[in-house]
Amino acid sequence: MVYEVTMGKTKKLLWLKLVIYIILIFVGILTAGPFYWLVKTSLETSTNVFKYPPSFVPHPVTLENYVGVWKVLELGRYYLNSIIIAGFGTFANVFLALLAAYPMARLDYWGKRISLLLVLIPMMIPVQGTLIVNYLTLRKLHLLNSFAGVIIPQSVSLFGIFLMRQAYLGIPRDLEDAARIDGAGEFYIWWKIMTPLVKPTVVTLALFQTLTWWDSFLWPLIVLSSPSKYPLSVALVYLNSTFQTNFRYTTAGMVLAVIPVILLFLFTQKYIISGITEGAVKY
Amino acid sequence: MRNYHRRLKFKQTLLAYLFLLAPLLVMLVFIYYPIGYGVALSTLETSLLGEGKFVGLKNFEKLLNDRYFWNAFFNSLTYLLVVPPLQLASIVLAVLVNTQIRGRHFFRLLLFLPVVTPVSIVALTWRWIFREHGVLNYLFLGLGLVKEPIGFLSDPDIALFSIMFVTMWKGLGYYMMIYLAGLQGIPQDYIDAARIDGAKRWQIFFKVTIPLLKPYIFFCSVMSSIAALNVFGEIYAMTRGGPNHATETIPMFVYKNAFRYFKFGYSSAAATIFSLVVFAFTLLNFRIFREGGVRSYNG
Repeated sequence: MVYEVTMGKTKKLLWLKLVIYIILIFVGILTAGPFYWLVKTSLETSTNVFKYPPSFVPHPVTLENYVGVWKVLELGRYYLNSIIIAGFGTFANVFLALLAAYPMARLDYWGKRISLLLVLIPMMIPVQGTLIVNYLTLRKLHLLNSFAGVIIPQSVSLFGIFLMRQAYLGIPRDLEDAARIDGAGEFYIWWKIMTPLVKPTVVTLALFQTLTWWDSFLWPLIVLSSPSKYPLSVALVYLNSTFQTNFRYTTAGMVLAVIPVILLFLFTQKYIISGITEGAVKY
Repeated sequence: MRNYHRRLKFKQTLLAYLFLLAPLLVMLVFIYYPIGYGVALSTLETSLLGEGKFVGLKNFEKLLNDRYFWNAFFNSLTYLLVVPPLQLASIVLAVLVNTQIRGRHFFRLLLFLPVVTPVSIVALTWRWIFREHGVLNYLFLGLGLVKEPIGFLSDPDIALFSIMFVTMWKGLGYYMMIYLAGLQGIPQDYIDAARIDGAKRWQIFFKVTIPLLKPYIFFCSVMSSIAALNVFGEIYAMTRGGPNHATETIPMFVYKNAFRYFKFGYSSAAATIFSLVVFAFTLLNFRIFREGGVRSYNG
């Protein structure tokens, strides 16, 4: 194992270090390359985009594609759609997870085992088949082609319930007993004492769900029939197939769609990564 | 005192039911009902409106004789057999970024960028790179690796593998991060002890590290199998299942039959069969990895 490379100054360790760097740089280029290519293309003029052989540096650099995608393809609208869906969707996920997780973690009630099973079992069952029936259900409820139709069927996140339950379980029992002796009501204990203590996990879950909603593709594609309601993820694919010639506009749109998530990730990586690893460790 | 506890339990029961009402209602309508009705739907021949008449197992019979179903089935199976095993490479990456070398934090972040990037953007970007006159063909031709441009997405023999590569590319950082957490949870004593006993690096890796990572390998194996079987966005954005159905997997098949041809019963039958396969595969993963998975070291 290569845990303590710093220790040795021998030749063998230097070699090892070199090999590690070569592998990482190769993987790094493979990872960053497509992003670079996307940004490069979005900065090119119409004559340069389809040039062959391709140039590796955009020259001349232009921002006209960004203006174009905003003005001609009206990216702002899709942006707004994405923000609405991700915002309300995330709120619903977090709120319902807090509601469902608290009793399962902290309350003593009749039927606890059954309710636990009701949440755990679907985690094991693939939800492939639910798409079609949910589509038919939404049609009956007249929710097709609406944001509510996109959000409601996915408003319960089983992962979220699981994560919040773990967080509530981690709070010491004394705290709750002390509050009870002081005469605090059960609802007060939940909202004023227990929930503030799980705030970090709430942040993690919220970030996680925001990324998931921003990425969601298949379900909005099925539910929404008017392109003007598409979120960015679906809209970009749609625009790309409708406006083939304006590919450079779409690349600018893709850059604009990915910037917020990358920034979000960079500023909150600690929370996001803890959410990912938490799920893995405690499953 | 007993009275107090009983009253407390009563109060807590009320609150619990109040809290569980909304989440369980959503689950009932959008998770439990569809699982049940999905099976029922697969025995119906449906009209455009989704109303149908009972036809028994006819949909399943038809599926077994539908060569596009089998084509999609084998494409999904190929996906399952290729992508998750290759994704084990992320263990190696995790080990590399867990060393004390300079820039490790940078590499971790970099590798995670594709994970947070929406799948449709990833797919469109790669489609652009994969073009016949795209940059990848230019590089391959320039390096003399090929003589003719490769039809990454237009050659039926290659297209599925190109998309698999993209799925892998997007997932690598995710699994790396999980394995990294696993590595960092291994007590240093274990490594030191093995080293004092004279174990070599590779021996420590295979005899200490890998066994201790077993629960993580299990988790990643389940996640990547399910992801491979559910893959949709990449395919829709890059090829829509083409050329000539070469990249059509089961989710694509289900999607097309349900939402383009409106054959709800027929596609439900396909989805039902497929759900069973996914479920069986998850169980298989449980059997392989759960037994003897070492969980004790972190409680």
